[in-house]
Amino acid sequence: MTKVSMKVNGKAVSRDVPDETLLSDFLRENLRLTGTHVGCDTAQCGACVVHVDGKALKSCAALAVALEGAEVTTIEGLADGELHPMQKAFNDAHGLQCGFCTPGMIMTSVDIVNRYKAAGKALAEADIRRELEGNICRCTGYQNIVKAVSQAAGEM
Amino acid sequence: MSTGIGARVKRKEDKRFITGRGKFTDDVRVDNQAYAAFVRSPHAHAKVKGIDKSAALAMDGVIDVLDGQQLGADGIGNLICGWAITSKNGSPMNMGAWSALATDKVRFVGNAVAVVIAETAAKARIAAEAVAVDYEELPAVARADKALAKGAPQIHDNAPGNLIFDWELGDKAATDAALKGAAHVTEISLTNNRLSPNAIEPRSAVAIYDQAEDHYTLYTTSQNPHVARLVLSAFYQVAPEHKLRVIAPDVGGGFGSKIYIYPEEIVCLWASMKTNRSVKWTAHRAESFITDSHGRDHITTARMGFDAKNRIVGFDVDTIANFGAYMSLFSSAVPTYLYATLLSGQYDIQNIHCNVRAVYTNTVPVDAYRGAGRPEACFLVERLMETAARELGVSPSELRRTNFIREFPHQTPVIMNYDVGDFEANLDQALKAADVAGFAARRKEAAARGKLRGLGFSSYIEACGIAPSAAVGSLGSGVGLWESAEVRVNPVGTIEILTGSHSHGQSHETTFAQIVAERFDLPIENVSIVHGDTDKVQFGMGTYGSRSGAVGMSAIVKAMDKVEAKVKKIAAHVLEASEDDIVIEGGQVKVAGTDKAMGWHEVGLAAYTAHNLPPDMEPGLKEGAFYDPANFTFPAGTYICEVEVDPETGEVEIVQFTASDDFGTLINPTVVEGQVQGGITQGIGQAILEQVVYDDAGQLITGSYMDYAMPRADDVPSYGVHHTSTVCPNNPLGMKGCGEAGAIGSPPAVINAITDAIGNNDLAMPATPQAVWKAIQAAQ
Repeated sequence: MTKVSMKVNGKAVSRDVPDETLLSDFLRENLRLTGTHVGCDTAQCGACVVHVDGKALKSCAALAVALEGAEVTTIEGLADGELHPMQKAFNDAHGLQCGFCTPGMIMTSVDIVNRYKAAGKALAEADIRRELEGNICRCTGYQNIVKAVSQAAGEM
Repeated sequence: MSTGIGARVKRKEDKRFITGRGKFTDDVRVDNQAYAAFVRSPHAHAKVKGIDKSAALAMDGVIDVLDGQQLGADGIGNLICGWAITSKNGSPMNMGAWSALATDKVRFVGNAVAVVIAETAAKARIAAEAVAVDYEELPAVARADKALAKGAPQIHDNAPGNLIFDWELGDKAATDAALKGAAHVTEISLTNNRLSPNAIEPRSAVAIYDQAEDHYTLYTTSQNPHVARLVLSAFYQVAPEHKLRVIAPDVGGGFGSKIYIYPEEIVCLWASMKTNRSVKWTAHRAESFITDSHGRDHITTARMGFDAKNRIVGFDVDTIANFGAYMSLFSSAVPTYLYATLLSGQYDIQNIHCNVRAVYTNTVPVDAYRGAGRPEACFLVERLMETAARELGVSPSELRRTNFIREFPHQTPVIMNYDVGDFEANLDQALKAADVAGFAARRKEAAARGKLRGLGFSSYIEACGIAPSAAVGSLGSGVGLWESAEVRVNPVGTIEILTGSHSHGQSHETTFAQIVAERFDLPIENVSIVHGDTDKVQFGMGTYGSRSGAVGMSAIVKAMDKVEAKVKKIAAHVLEASEDDIVIEGGQVKVAGTDKAMGWHEVGLAAYTAHNLPPDMEPGLKEGAFYDPANFTFPAGTYICEVEVDPETGEVEIVQFTASDDFGTLINPTVVEGQVQGGITQGIGQAILEQVVYDDAGQLITGSYMDYAMPRADDVPSYGVHHTSTVCPNNPLGMKGCGEAGAIGSPPAVINAITDAIGNNDLAMPATPQAVWKAIQAAQ
């Protein structure tokens, strides 16, 4: 067991956890933030994506104890009261069906737009599709997710 | 803005999902929580000679280790297949026994033999590794054709030669005669590749036993919680129905794989009683690949005969269907009544015969996956049409047009009676939207860039609205396939709809509310949808086979008819008018042509205060209905796929995909388009990416997303999705169903396009770069 402290959604948290605890399990089981989902064992599906120190990370592929002092944002902390433009865009564009991949999709998409904005680059459909390669959705066929990201990019 | 039928209403259910507040089964944690991990066979086929639990039982945090002997001793029944198929020689199907925990023999990699219950999930999994099972390995077989061969390993004693049934539909003699007299016969041999459904939420169960009440609660990832309760109770004897509550909360996709009641759910319930702990199990993805039912896996040869005017005169089909190691819940219906009955496609064919042999192999059980039988039928028919057009030297679209059914109702020779359709309208719309006229120029331009460009068609039909209960009963179904609904108008006028349909991505909380808002002219916010809990909802058959609209919504309409009748009676009484003069609009219940009116909520209040109701009227305003469909519904359409192939690498790019679908009435076009887009992507996945692969020893090669190629955002383009509409005459809203069409219609369009591009018709799914490159080389 190791004591790990981090800031999650703006709040300082501290827990004793087994060393092998994944960040995804730490969030879901220790902090009961169940919006972060786990859809595979191999860091392929992206349902577990959160932001660590402002960057997208697959939380199933990181150990909690390795993130001492990190600032973590999960889907629950993405917006305070009002919806984030990306959340609103997913609703506007019908970018979700079952909703299971959605938290990871949204967290990845916010990161994509942030990175392109920071680099001053335009975000075309082909860019969005390539950037979403690490997030699998079985329901939507991606078309409306691409539409949502494109819409939010214009509003963020 | 209208929120009624046909309006593009934004989804009411989205907020909880986009903010991370959805409630999925794995999010449920209850008091006294323990965790299950299964001990699974690493062998495809082996005798179980003994199980040594001692090391596992001694481990830290282990509560108990349970096995199949104990399960049997407690009277838990074997898993069953709920649809009886009779072989053509009159004998019943050969269903082998399937215990939730194997006792004598394991028959596929992943077959559960024991379960560990421990204080944490990690401790359970580690202890499961320590359970020592003594196996005696047996030879295994993974392919259906090899399982039928002489000398193949025998998987179940009561299925000699691994044959489950040998079934036929249609007139063999008439079809043979028609083919003999045909001017041209096109032959084809093909496989329909085995797929894994891969809902992104892994299956999960939380079982809670209440010793004081002798009562069970099961949270589970189910498309049909009432069917789960029925089967768990009536067939598996876990608990009687009134002592078992099944809750399917938010469910992260199903695609068929969450219809069935699997060993894990049964064992969790039983183990919660054995250990007096709440027992939770959630599959890891690797476990999903070896426990969730697979789909498709057919080997087929077929002949289609044409007369001198290119009209189809006969169609003979021989299919071998791989069922895996055990008969899953609806497995037997898939390659029979959901497959052979659709072999007439959109075409007027007088003579059809289909023979299907169902076969045991040492693989994961196979059952319905999005489309279930209909994609296999469509792939066969539409590959044949394109192949025949090439052989006959006619345009693929014109060969289809020549053979389209034009008069309805149309009785096919394979049971189905098509009620309505306009197949040419879809073809014409698709031809125009895909700019087929401009294809030759695009092909030339692609060639200048060194790319091979091809065009492929698919004119699919399918049967939805599953299903008329008496009809399916006569064909062997063990259940009726009606749906139920209850409409509760509260004293303040807000409405709750309790439905037996289950939404796991289908948007019911929005679309079901739309039909209520339309009917009673109320704000959609005043309507909520309740589903997925056997303690709340009266009963239901669940969601699969694109049935929630045509069957589930029809039940709601029927219940709303009763509510409307009572509302009018109450208003007529209070307002002292004739019932016939009462109209409901704008939140009011009015006497037509007068200024006499009550608010909708006032009628609700009047019903519950019961101070002034008509004589003999019961208080309250809540009505229920069961709706049993009169016929299947028949969504149909034409899909056109355009591809570019890199001849150097064999890589395929889908450059354009056009869909024209006739689903009858659309409640919410945005939701319908979303269903089509998702379906097409799964179909493209089948065509160029996805395949479950077993080696000859029955070991699964594609056991993770590193090996099984799921369609990703950069594998597919945006599609052109268009609609036509002929209104279904057999249900009150005129709906046909849209959930599966995309997955049914798209694979042949893709393969027809690739084979057109490369000039070699011999290409199997999935058309990976390697397969396409080889086909290009073979053609040169």
